Amino acid sequence: MLRALLSDDLPRSRWLAVALVVILLGLAVAPFLFPGAKSLNVAAKICIFIVLAASFDLLLGYTGIVSFAHTMFFGIGAYGIAIALTRIGPSWISIGVGLIGGLALAIVLAALIGLFSLRVRTIFFAMITLAVASAFAIMASQLSDLTGGEDGLNYRLPAMLRASFSLIDGTLFGVRLNGRILDYYLVYLVALVLVLALLRVVNSPFGSVLKAIRENPFRAEAIGYRTVVYRSIASCIAAAAAALAGALLALWSSQTNPDTTLSFDIMIDILLMVVIGGMGTIYGAVIGAVLLVFAQNYLQELLAIANKALEGMPLAANLFHPDRWLLWLGVAFILCVYFFPTGIVGRLRGQR
Amino acid sequence: MNAVKRDIVPLLLIPALAVAALPLVSSPSSWVTLTVAGLAMGLMIFVMASGLTLTFGLMDVLNFGHGAFIAVGAFVAASVMLALGPWMAANSFWLNMAAVGPAVLAAVMVSGALGFVFERVIVRPVYGQHLKQILVTTGGLIVAEQLLKVVWGPDQITLSRPTARRGAFVVGSALAGLGGAMWGLYQETVTAAIGAKVAVLVFIVIIIGGLGSIGGCFIGALLVGLTANYIGFLAPKVALGSNILLMALILLWRPQGLYPVAKR
Repeated sequence: MLRALLSDDLPRSRWLAVALVVILLGLAVAPFLFPGAKSLNVAAKICIFIVLAASFDLLLGYTGIVSFAHTMFFGIGAYGIAIALTRIGPSWISIGVGLIGGLALAIVLAALIGLFSLRVRTIFFAMITLAVASAFAIMASQLSDLTGGEDGLNYRLPAMLRASFSLIDGTLFGVRLNGRILDYYLVYLVALVLVLALLRVVNSPFGSVLKAIRENPFRAEAIGYRTVVYRSIASCIAAAAAALAGALLALWSSQTNPDTTLSFDIMIDILLMVVIGGMGTIYGAVIGAVLLVFAQNYLQELLAIANKALEGMPLAANLFHPDRWLLWLGVAFILCVYFFPTGIVGRLRGQR
Repeated sequence: MNAVKRDIVPLLLIPALAVAALPLVSSPSSWVTLTVAGLAMGLMIFVMASGLTLTFGLMDVLNFGHGAFIAVGAFVAASVMLALGPWMAANSFWLNMAAVGPAVLAAVMVSGALGFVFERVIVRPVYGQHLKQILVTTGGLIVAEQLLKVVWGPDQITLSRPTARRGAFVVGSALAGLGGAMWGLYQETVTAAIGAKVAVLVFIVIIIGGLGSIGGCFIGALLVGLTANYIGFLAPKVALGSNILLMALILLWRPQGLYPVAKR
């Protein structure tokens, strides 16, 4: 049963298994274990970014192509929901419309970009996706009639997902079961299903072809696999999963703006998650996403302590300024690429 | 190589584009203004893009942190020019130049030196591995931007990288710095995001030109500069999209760019 759920791709390391179970259960009981708006928000962000990073891993780790347009698909998913909820009104129908619209646009765009540029080399694809993604981000902020421009959109969720909605009277373990909790579990379950689905994809025969292409595209082509077709399909699947993650974000936060969905900073975050966690494992994306979201929310407090301790030395203190947390993750990223190309998961599996 | 040199069709695109724009832009005088501005912008983009395409053509390294060098150049030049404030404000062309000259020189030297370090530390271990190059230079960009904020306060920093068979990287980075210094003067502001903003144009240009081709890069830069100005005048909202469209059209025609460099 478990084997089938994980598509026969077990963690293959005791510590990794422990970590994954802790994450799975921790997120499942988060609303009761750590009540409060901030920690619930952190938990939901973790779920969403796990999906986003895992879908990026399908490209980077399994197919060996670097796309800088992943946040574009994330944004398309989020804006699809946001625009539908703003225009049609807070109902499940508009969520369905927005979801289908966003997914369709993401898949079509991914197929276009893929067929255009995946025939050539990795670097070409990386550059084209970067150019297309930044053009898209600028367009999204310029078409302010539709997208709300820089400010983004604020909209109302369906009544069931609002804080004012009560599932039952009274409380459960001291927590009132309102719409937010329901919303959180919606995000959690969809994220779980999507991660299992991605595991299924990478462990299917299709996934094996992707790995063959990653290892040696010429040989894969010579055996008879059209590499451009396989790479384009992988990029479409990844785009669809990213759009779904974006839709989850839109459903969670009831506001969508360029900073939280389309910015290059998010792209950097995803890259860090996948590389530090371990490319080509899916589990690595899970670990990386948890670490990075935690770092974003809590590393700053640690740095603030170091910053205080170094107050006498201006430059050194600046290095440990709370806003410089990305500097340290960037250094960790470079070291990871050089010394631990298989990331945390690879290390854990190696120690088995 | 000779065959490539005689291929003048891409060169003809530039006058063709300018002529095609003439009936769309109703008045001839604004057409002249737009054309001159487009050519100037194109030349500036060329300076920045040529550094990137140079490192790629000679060393087969593509630096995703190139934007960092552009930003460093802009910051250094801005600092020097601020320090020489009275000369800049003076109502004399020669005094102004006396401030701009050292600023540009400093920008070129600092980003060239940074390029040297970047090649040593970041790029050298990953020659020949494109995937790792992309990742590592992107990592270099992250760290460089953060370090710029450490040095210049919460503004952005750019990185430079040294080139090829070692000199080329330094030249490429220095060119990035030069371009950054000039771009800062052109735009009259220097922000942290300057590198990232320009880097997109730079990438479009070197894709259009064909990776590693200086000549293609030159034509690509002029085409992008002209298109940006014409479309910016005719339909401001789609200005950046127009560059992507231009890139798509050219890739449909020549999938490897205007002047494909021999495959490695």
